[in-house]
Amino acid sequence: MLRDADRIFTNLYGQQDWGLTGARARGDWDGTKDLILKGRDWLIEQVKTSDLRGRGGAGFSTGMKWSFMPKKNDGRPHYLVINADEGEPGTCKDRDILRHDPHKLVEGCLLACVGIGANACYIYIRGEFYQEGSNLQRAIDQAYEAGLIGKNACGSGYDCDIYLHRGAGAYICGEETALLESLEGKKGQPRLKPPFPAFCGLYGCPTTVNNVETIAVVPTILRRGASWFAGLGRPKNTGTKVFCISGHVNQPCNVEEEMGIPMKELIEKHAGGVRGGWDNLMAVIPGGSSMPVLPKSICDTVLMDFDSLRDVKSALGTAAVIVMDKSTDIIKAFTRLAAFYKHESCGQCTPCREGTGWMWRMLERMGRGEATLADIDMLDDVTKQIEGHTICAFGDGAAWPVMGFLRHFRPEIEKRIAARAQRAAAE
Amino acid sequence: MSASHHHAPANFAFTPDNLALAKRIIAKYPPGRQQSAVIPLLDVAQRQHGWVPDAVIEYVAEMLEMAPMRVREVASFYAMFNLKPVGKIRVQVCTTTPCWLRGSDDVVAACKKALGIGFKETTADGKFTLTEVECLGACVNAPMMQVNDEYYEDLDAASTTRILDDLKAGRTPRTGPQVARQTSAPIAGFTTLKGTGGS
Repeated sequence: MLRDADRIFTNLYGQQDWGLTGARARGDWDGTKDLILKGRDWLIEQVKTSDLRGRGGAGFSTGMKWSFMPKKNDGRPHYLVINADEGEPGTCKDRDILRHDPHKLVEGCLLACVGIGANACYIYIRGEFYQEGSNLQRAIDQAYEAGLIGKNACGSGYDCDIYLHRGAGAYICGEETALLESLEGKKGQPRLKPPFPAFCGLYGCPTTVNNVETIAVVPTILRRGASWFAGLGRPKNTGTKVFCISGHVNQPCNVEEEMGIPMKELIEKHAGGVRGGWDNLMAVIPGGSSMPVLPKSICDTVLMDFDSLRDVKSALGTAAVIVMDKSTDIIKAFTRLAAFYKHESCGQCTPCREGTGWMWRMLERMGRGEATLADIDMLDDVTKQIEGHTICAFGDGAAWPVMGFLRHFRPEIEKRIAARAQRAAAE
Repeated sequence: MSASHHHAPANFAFTPDNLALAKRIIAKYPPGRQQSAVIPLLDVAQRQHGWVPDAVIEYVAEMLEMAPMRVREVASFYAMFNLKPVGKIRVQVCTTTPCWLRGSDDVVAACKKALGIGFKETTADGKFTLTEVECLGACVNAPMMQVNDEYYEDLDAASTTRILDDLKAGRTPRTGPQVARQTSAPIAGFTTLKGTGGS
């Protein structure tokens, strides 16, 4: 188990003062000026050496992403945009950072701005997080008042403005280009890539979009050293991670643990185990609702990191672990997720707009046993017609849960169909 | 909400305080990029008026030098904007899978019983509107509901009914987890960060 001394989010549960005084007592804003003065190249090199990968779902190398920004300013300003539009079902980790450790994010924004040559940062927070946004705004105000951000941030000579921007309820705005559209005052519909945001992002300017947790761990990495972070977890799957454990466990919770912790250990040590014991486990969605579900046989041994979960045809995603015990009507669980994606599709691409509704209706029918065995194959086929055929990854994220469900739980649907046929024959 | 708010007004204008707030919001964005303020300004207007009638759309469009249609597109795209009148107290129950696994069906039933209305309906006195919503990002405190700006978490039928009864009586129920628990920590006590001031 991760030692408390290696935990980054030491006020994860809001048990202490989340304001500037409390943050300073926990080590935030310590020597920030010196870190800034080490310069852009050093910052990127440190983040690359730490092997930090994005905590928002895709797991892309953060240092690499920063290095895509133009080295020389061509007259256009550079922007840092923070994705605080947390809304992937199962996921509530950024919420705790925003409300309980907001200074880690604010300090991280300043350092990331230096790393990408930006003097302005917008934090896009989901509109429903009203109280979280209030805490964060207060933390930003405190940082301005203390001279930590704004003109001559921390006395470093670097200027950095940080602004909070509230969304208004659209899951799709968690997709980085939809988020940029929304921030520009439009409907949140994703943009075609290329051009990538590093060349043409917010207001047509070079932009880096990073997740809250990704940026909030940067100051600690820089202070304690890239090798400290890289020494936790496994190669290419380094550091700590805030896991969200929800569903059929005895004690649902958020917890910061070492990357690569076995799933079973994570659930049993921190979430009080599966309701009714480990043998009562049916399935786990390991990384937020868009990631393919895993049956108990895989959960027994799988490690919680990017590459381990990829090897079992799922993904770490946001590290939101949704646990389902044997009492679960698993067809209904996935039908409800399909309804989520149908509701949240932005409607721009036909395969997603039509496909999400079609998958939901088909799953509804299967839940009632009103399908044929050939329908299951057709559903599987439709998921493949959505995957990879849309502008953004939302289509994939809507198709993968159904694919994973069919891969591991097809017999559940077959049983439901057979039971209905049996009832019909008996009548 | 007064009865007049249920009618679409011919005109709308920010109060002086909200006008000052709107100007501070617009100043967050670079010159010429004032359109970025459309969501925040619609939010300020909705908080002032209760919902977003045409007059709000036209007012915000003029303030941001946008075509009214562009503002309408935004207002209709985002779930938090109400293009029709709603109750003063908006009860939004999450029923997405993580909440459903932990009993959101019971929370929904308790809401419908306590308020005597179904989803997308408003009580006869115009006070409460009940809505089913998608994931609100508090999944380790499921099931949960949002009432206006506040989250109520770790609900069951009894606590849901108690909260709604309090709201009906004009009382202010305690927000956050409705069980003995420090925010998102395990209910039986911290498994990490012991001795940092937590339970």
